[in-house]
Amino acid sequence: MSTDAETGIDPAVATELILRLPQARALGLKITGFGDGWAEIHMPFAAQLVGDPETGVIHGGAVSTLMDTCGGASVMAHPQVEGHTATISLRIDYLRAATPGQGITARAECHHVTRSVAFVRAVALDEDTERPVAMATGTFTVPQLRGDAPEGTA
Amino acid sequence: MSHRKPEPVQVVKQRRDTALRALAGGVPYVNFLGITFDRRGDELTGVLNFDEKLIGNPDLPALHGGVTAAFLEVTSIITLSWMSLWDEVESGRLDLEALEQGRLPRLPKTIDFTIDYLRPGLPRDAYARARVTRSGRRYASVHAEAWQDNRDKPIVQAVGHFLMPWDER
Repeated sequence: MSTDAETGIDPAVATELILRLPQARALGLKITGFGDGWAEIHMPFAAQLVGDPETGVIHGGAVSTLMDTCGGASVMAHPQVEGHTATISLRIDYLRAATPGQGITARAECHHVTRSVAFVRAVALDEDTERPVAMATGTFTVPQLRGDAPEGTA
Repeated sequence: MSHRKPEPVQVVKQRRDTALRALAGGVPYVNFLGITFDRRGDELTGVLNFDEKLIGNPDLPALHGGVTAAFLEVTSIITLSWMSLWDEVESGRLDLEALEQGRLPRLPKTIDFTIDYLRPGLPRDAYARARVTRSGRRYASVHAEAWQDNRDKPIVQAVGHFLMPWDER
């Protein structure tokens, strides 16, 4: 994998970091893209993630974990944020059932940060990239801000 | 009015526990996370049995936020399904044999789920209960929360909306 043009961080190196998270390792998560305030993470299909054995559709809970991980990664990829982040809240809308047998890719964007809070929106896609499986909005903690930032509401 | 003798306790327990085991144990993802259910009458408590793979941040260490969210979503779906199956289980209308063979009733589908992270999840078991605040013909609203050492110090709470299985989108 090549080095990301924006951050100079190799997605393979970022994947190594995320694989320190035992749950991310259990899900086989892989960072497929990474830049200023955004991240893209892929979760391969696995039979053990199925939530409805009748249909073979992946459980929403696994999508939650993917969205949460990707949201956190986008915050840590934000040039103004320093250190580890934690999720304050996350809302997920399940637009449609993921196609059985297909992996899911989440793309998260940290679109605003204040001294204390990072705001994120994310989307989850299967192989049909025209029709999202789920959308999410979340808020995350900001442990420390690099340089000056405008005072926010939080 | 004729008096009917109550059923023997083991008959009642076996029927209910068989139905619950089939309902929760038949979902691969529930087993992946190691979630089991305790039952007292019709009340369910989800148990997230601790395992190293549930850890998110290994430095703290803390349960992955996605895992605790999933735990609440699983508890919500199983509780919702259990409540709507209860009458069928009790009247004997539900075919327990079919259920045990993995022919599950259609499960509710999550429309949206909003998670509020209150405290970091410690590397130990967690418990959850879901309360169905409204259950209509098509939509249901559920509130759920999880705790560890103290019932009055929840680690995460959530509210979700679900589409009931008998009226598909």
